Amino acid sequence: MITFEDVVKVYPGGSTAVDHLSMELPTGKMTVLVGPSGCGKTTSLRMINRMVIPTSGRILIDGKDVSGQDEAVLRRGIGYVIQHAGLFPHRTVLDNVATVPLLLGKTRREARSAAMELLERVGLSAEFAKRYPAQLSGGQQQRVGVARALAADPPVMLMDEPFSAVDPVVREGLHREFLRLQQDLGKTIAMVTHDIDEAIKLGDMVAVFRQGGHLAQFGTPQELLEQPVDDFVAEFVGRDRGLRSLSFDTAADLPVQPVGSFDGAELVLDDAGRPLGWRRDGGTIEPTAGVFTTGDSLRMVTDLAITSPVGVAVRVGADGKAEGLVRHHDLVDFLAARRDRRAAERSA
Amino acid sequence: MIQYLTNNHEVVLAALQQHIYLALLPILIGLVVALPIGYLGVRFPWFYHPLVNVCGVLYSIPSLALFVFLPVLLGTKILAPVNIVVALTIYTVALLARTVADGLRSVDPVITQSATAMGYRRLRRLFDVELPVALPVILAGLRVATVSNISLVSVGALIGVGGLGQLFTRGFQLFYLEPIIIGIILSVLLAGLADLIIVLVQRALTPWTRHQHGGGAA
Repeated sequence: MITFEDVVKVYPGGSTAVDHLSMELPTGKMTVLVGPSGCGKTTSLRMINRMVIPTSGRILIDGKDVSGQDEAVLRRGIGYVIQHAGLFPHRTVLDNVATVPLLLGKTRREARSAAMELLERVGLSAEFAKRYPAQLSGGQQQRVGVARALAADPPVMLMDEPFSAVDPVVREGLHREFLRLQQDLGKTIAMVTHDIDEAIKLGDMVAVFRQGGHLAQFGTPQELLEQPVDDFVAEFVGRDRGLRSLSFDTAADLPVQPVGSFDGAELVLDDAGRPLGWRRDGGTIEPTAGVFTTGDSLRMVTDLAITSPVGVAVRVGADGKAEGLVRHHDLVDFLAARRDRRAAERSA
Repeated sequence: MIQYLTNNHEVVLAALQQHIYLALLPILIGLVVALPIGYLGVRFPWFYHPLVNVCGVLYSIPSLALFVFLPVLLGTKILAPVNIVVALTIYTVALLARTVADGLRSVDPVITQSATAMGYRRLRRLFDVELPVALPVILAGLRVATVSNISLVSVGALIGVGGLGQLFTRGFQLFYLEPIIIGIILSVLLAGLADLIIVLVQRALTPWTRHQHGGGAA
């Protein structure tokens, strides 16, 4: 757990970068610090490994005040990933990854074998080991950056805009892999980004900062989307937050109508009971626009109901057989009931 | 010319040896002195501009004036080779201290910061990260200093100690072209050879610079 206790950072010249920040970043979870530029999120991150020294207040990692520890020793126990990766241009990929184990006194042989394992883990084949950073694409460099931060297996990782220098397609892939990696490793991670979508997608917890180094809200992505504390947060998370908040609930509890026909439209099945499409008034078969299972999100069901030619989303089982139908207005009723239930829970 | 060489090969060889010694010893001493001075110019930013200015002034002192003036300052004999060594060391330091500072300043701050964040202490970071990354710039400066020293040694002949330069003075005194031509050829060959050696050393020490623009596709 990383704890900020009433932390203030005032730069010489009087500008306040971080203003009385208190928050707790839970162990084994990823907390994303997000906000507009100049909101103090990067300064806050850098105070954790003492790259920036707070003016007042304390930062503790698992109850130990970081200010009492030797800087270099503290930092070797904290993984660090930055934008553009910041790799050492004069070292091969393998030796870049081996950096921290070497600093910790491992032999070159041990450090390199640990590094080799890490490269594989982040999806880089052995052929990359001997290359220099300049021979890699941005996405590959970023993977090496992550591997380098993980090489000494630190319990805590700091990531400063790690994915913002790569193009959206590559970023998407890095996100997926990183989430998978984090699922295995369960590191305590603090990550900075200016991209709220990235924060909501990757964060277990999200800290929204506003200008002047104030923490505007700290909560789960779902809390931010459903209960923003003020207009700033509501604006920042975006106008479609209602729809996006549906990503966090599955369709497991959503009631379905039996498979059949209504309003003159009939769901046509193949011999195995899998949906082929809709037929209206005996015309040609129109495709269903997709199907969902109970594991899919309410957002996906909503999307299917909207894009379906007849306004009905089709649920299938694991075997692909049609199990039930959800009509537009069934969905609206369900969401209204869900909203009322949530409100009751909150006031209770 | 061949005949001159066969008759005087001992003189020519001794001149060449002295030339190498007088040119390269200051390079070694100068490099050792310039490294810490250049580092100070980066460690303390206020020191950088004074450093650049002093280096510029030192390098602009005419070499002959320095050769003549140094014995007065050092109390050495006017014909002592140490005068040449000291003078050329001063030029080398003037060139390299600035080069070292510029080389270290050219290291991307992102790289030094990421090294710090990984737990490097200042001194180890200097030797493991900053100096190796600055090496191409420093070695480029070393090439200039080496070639410049090799040509400056000859001026020392005017005060009696000048390696291959003595072949020039001898040729002028005797109205004899051969030693002058041999001196020029050996001087140029020596400069070229020294330059080549540094380039080879650079290739061996900085294999990563050859891949600077060889990035693969995303």
